[in-house]
Amino acid sequence: MKELRLMKGNEALAEAAIRYGVDGYFGYPITPQSEVIEYLMSERPEERTGMVVLQAESEVAAINMVYGGGACGKRVMTSSSSPGVSLKMEGVSYIAGSELPCVVANIQRGGPGLGTIQPSQADYFQATKGGGHGDYRMIVLAPASVQEMADFVGLGFELAFKYRNPVMILSDGVIGQMMEKVELQPQQPRRTEEQIRKECPWATLGKTPDRQRNIITSLELDSSKQEVFNNKLQKKYAEIVQNEVRYETINCEDAEYVLVAFGSSARICQKSMDICREQGIKVGILRPITLWPYPYQAVKDLVKNGVKGFLVVELNAGQMIEDVQLAVAEKVKVEHFGRMGGIIPAPGEVVEALKTKIIGG
Amino acid sequence: MSEAFARPEIRKPKNNVFKKTKVLTDNVLHYCPGCGHGVVHRLVAEVIDEMGIQEKTIGIAPVGCAVMAYNYFDIDMQEAAHGRAPALATAIKRMLPEKFVFTYQGDGDLAAIGTAETIHAVNRGEKIVIIFINNGIYGMTGGQMAPTTLKGMPTSTSPYGRDIQTMGNPLKITELVAQLPGAYYVTRQSVHTPVNARKAKNAIKKAFENQAKGCGVSFIEVVSNCNSGWKLSPVKANEWMEQNMFPFYPLGDIKVDGELVK
Repeated sequence: MKELRLMKGNEALAEAAIRYGVDGYFGYPITPQSEVIEYLMSERPEERTGMVVLQAESEVAAINMVYGGGACGKRVMTSSSSPGVSLKMEGVSYIAGSELPCVVANIQRGGPGLGTIQPSQADYFQATKGGGHGDYRMIVLAPASVQEMADFVGLGFELAFKYRNPVMILSDGVIGQMMEKVELQPQQPRRTEEQIRKECPWATLGKTPDRQRNIITSLELDSSKQEVFNNKLQKKYAEIVQNEVRYETINCEDAEYVLVAFGSSARICQKSMDICREQGIKVGILRPITLWPYPYQAVKDLVKNGVKGFLVVELNAGQMIEDVQLAVAEKVKVEHFGRMGGIIPAPGEVVEALKTKIIGG
Repeated sequence: MSEAFARPEIRKPKNNVFKKTKVLTDNVLHYCPGCGHGVVHRLVAEVIDEMGIQEKTIGIAPVGCAVMAYNYFDIDMQEAAHGRAPALATAIKRMLPEKFVFTYQGDGDLAAIGTAETIHAVNRGEKIVIIFINNGIYGMTGGQMAPTTLKGMPTSTSPYGRDIQTMGNPLKITELVAQLPGAYYVTRQSVHTPVNARKAKNAIKKAFENQAKGCGVSFIEVVSNCNSGWKLSPVKANEWMEQNMFPFYPLGDIKVDGELVK
């Protein structure tokens, strides 16, 4: 039985968290994502499922609450927007270094600094290339609809627990604030302590006589042991690259030109593609769903199929374009089109950019 | 005459042989000889043992000298980022209310970088125990100035003594948190003599018992020495502590059962 609702992206994320059986949400208000915690608080999740929802004193405290809960094998998440996510990066590094599962949602706004409260995709580098310190990787999912805001909560937790790794839902102010139809999953029960002990033998739930004590830490003073651990992490990341690349292609079979875009930009590009097709220009879309691991092979395949040029459309100064350039390796033209400061380009602007920068350029 | 002869009531068989509690591991402590950390570790471990809560206790180690506290307690433990232990403890206790949760933090961790986490965890009345070791210096990083460093006290970052005009005043964070409604039990102890160690143990026990009863934060400051950081022998360090630290950080209960003392 389908349950359809008309919801904001932020609300869908929150409702999906309750229904997935998330144990704890820890957040701090910031525009444009405050609806997440507002929705959760208004839903009385402590009564619906026993989920803990807490407004922390800062983003720093919130991500460290996530650390504490994740270390107990609990399904824990937090959300914020760009400036707040910067504050969380210390915690994300510790979570990655301690190999803990969690989901962090970033409903991006314009930067740098306090920037603007309007939508942006300028945190691509932060999410996919680092953000925090040390050699770590975060699985990054980019929703392009309210439906995916809901669906990626469950997917995020599945990946987070499968690999004991933080997962980021990299959304933006458009996807977070817009309302769409969303199909909600039925309520799942929260796991019992017994289930968690079985699924997560590493979790700090109290030492029992049948096992050694569990220690969650990212500290190793012996450099040779630390390198062994670093190699173990890299092996895990290689496995993720092997198994978890996700992307969507639209009309790429006969495409001469491809728009590469994620999240809200990919939605704008759909209209741009339609305009081009009406004018007889064969345009397709490549929409990476995982921004890390990145679908390099999908880009390479398009080059092999005869695509003459790529226009990378992002709400930033050109960040994902570096990954497209890496895959294309100068075989065909790759250009960037983006708006900044919270400006959302019209589909026609993308068409114009394609014509001037790629087709006619 | 020793205390045992003066007080026959403590001459019980269980007191005749000193035993290491099973809640401490056999790992060799990395702390400097003469440091108070080892004693406080033992007292916390003894309380956990005596209360029979080893299987239900989750501890949080800080960043600082006690960063590797998890090597010494035979319980499940987490190592927090610098200053964030109360945030971890908040989430753990909220999601596992039947467990016992404590943080073990130094002065830099709790009273400088983690001030916000400390104050807000206490203000929310989280049902946790906070063990706060105050030795007035950053021991692990090599003796830099701490928020609790006394006026005029030399450290590697205040080599001519802490200048109040430019470096600020030593922070009495324990008195500060005692003012918050969420603080249920706030006390200041030391472990430099057997008598003080016994008192400190009673305080730690009371703190864990408060948690069993579901009361708010129990906050135990232990004024301790740092003979390495203070550049004094262990004996001299304890004397210096009595003469200089105790007048500014007086020992005793500050808040008991939610009521300020005096």
